[in-house]
Amino acid sequence: MSDAWTAVLVVGAGTVLLKSVGPVGVAHRRLPLRVDRLLELIAPSILAALVVTETFASGRSLVLDARLAGVAAGIVAVVLRAPLWAVVVAGGAATALVRLVS
Amino acid sequence: MRRGVRVAAPLFPAAFALGASFGVLARTAHFGAVAAVVMSATTFAGSAQVATVSVLGAGGGVAAAVAAALLLNARYAPIGITIASSFRGSILRRFAQAQLVVDESWALAGGGTPRFDRRVLLGVGWLLWVGWVGGTAVGALLGQAIGDPSAFGLDGAFAALFVALLAAQLTSRTRTAVAVVGALIAALLIPFSPPGVPIIAATAAVLVGLRRA
Repeated sequence: MSDAWTAVLVVGAGTVLLKSVGPVGVAHRRLPLRVDRLLELIAPSILAALVVTETFASGRSLVLDARLAGVAAGIVAVVLRAPLWAVVVAGGAATALVRLVS
Repeated sequence: MRRGVRVAAPLFPAAFALGASFGVLARTAHFGAVAAVVMSATTFAGSAQVATVSVLGAGGGVAAAVAAALLLNARYAPIGITIASSFRGSILRRFAQAQLVVDESWALAGGGTPRFDRRVLLGVGWLLWVGWVGGTAVGALLGQAIGDPSAFGLDGAFAALFVALLAAQLTSRTRTAVAVVGALIAALLIPFSPPGVPIIAATAAVLVGLRRA
């Protein structure tokens, strides 16, 4: 099996199970408070890391390129409380614009 | 459910465009069109899918790609737990409906708050699923004709999407501290580790929560 299909099947099965944990498995049970707290903190840690890698990583190098303009536009849009789609459009447009003129 | 569809309607074009860009990205990472569409239909989680194809496309191993994606989606366990009590019906029904949980459907339906509405979640989830899977199909099939996704700034669009999803997560000092530490860990590790590993390592930042709890 190719790496692509292995990833599709394993990530797919894993995600289906993760999404089912609450609605199917836990329903009315409660996790230890401490575990619950740590699980909830995974999202900000991973999303922050993704912002960094999607903005500055190029393979194993840290680079400054047009993506930075996209992130800057995204931050401005978020601060202005723009809806999600507008944030995404602003990020894409700013990145494309900087690429066009540089 | 109708209200959910209405709430999510402005997001549909973005979901479609992001789906298309994922389809293009997947092709550049040597995914077949069918594999890309199957992934969107079953995994239905943008950031994890992008992480998977990014790691594989950058030459990281399949283990690193899967680990990064599953760690990204690990948040769906606590997210699901916050809304578990509002799901009704048989196990099969709850299992199927749980698949429509994504960051956007959960957030727009008021997840984690007392005013959470499961029907809004399902409406938003359905619409975004259709846009995401349809967009993926178009991107994966027309990928070669569309060309390099980065030329359109779609990589910058994804970076901005993560900024928005992260901003929604920064609801307390502890969570902000965790995000800052996670970002620093990732930045420090990028030059010294294969793609995917910095994202996994950044989860160590949750230990900040232990100190502050």
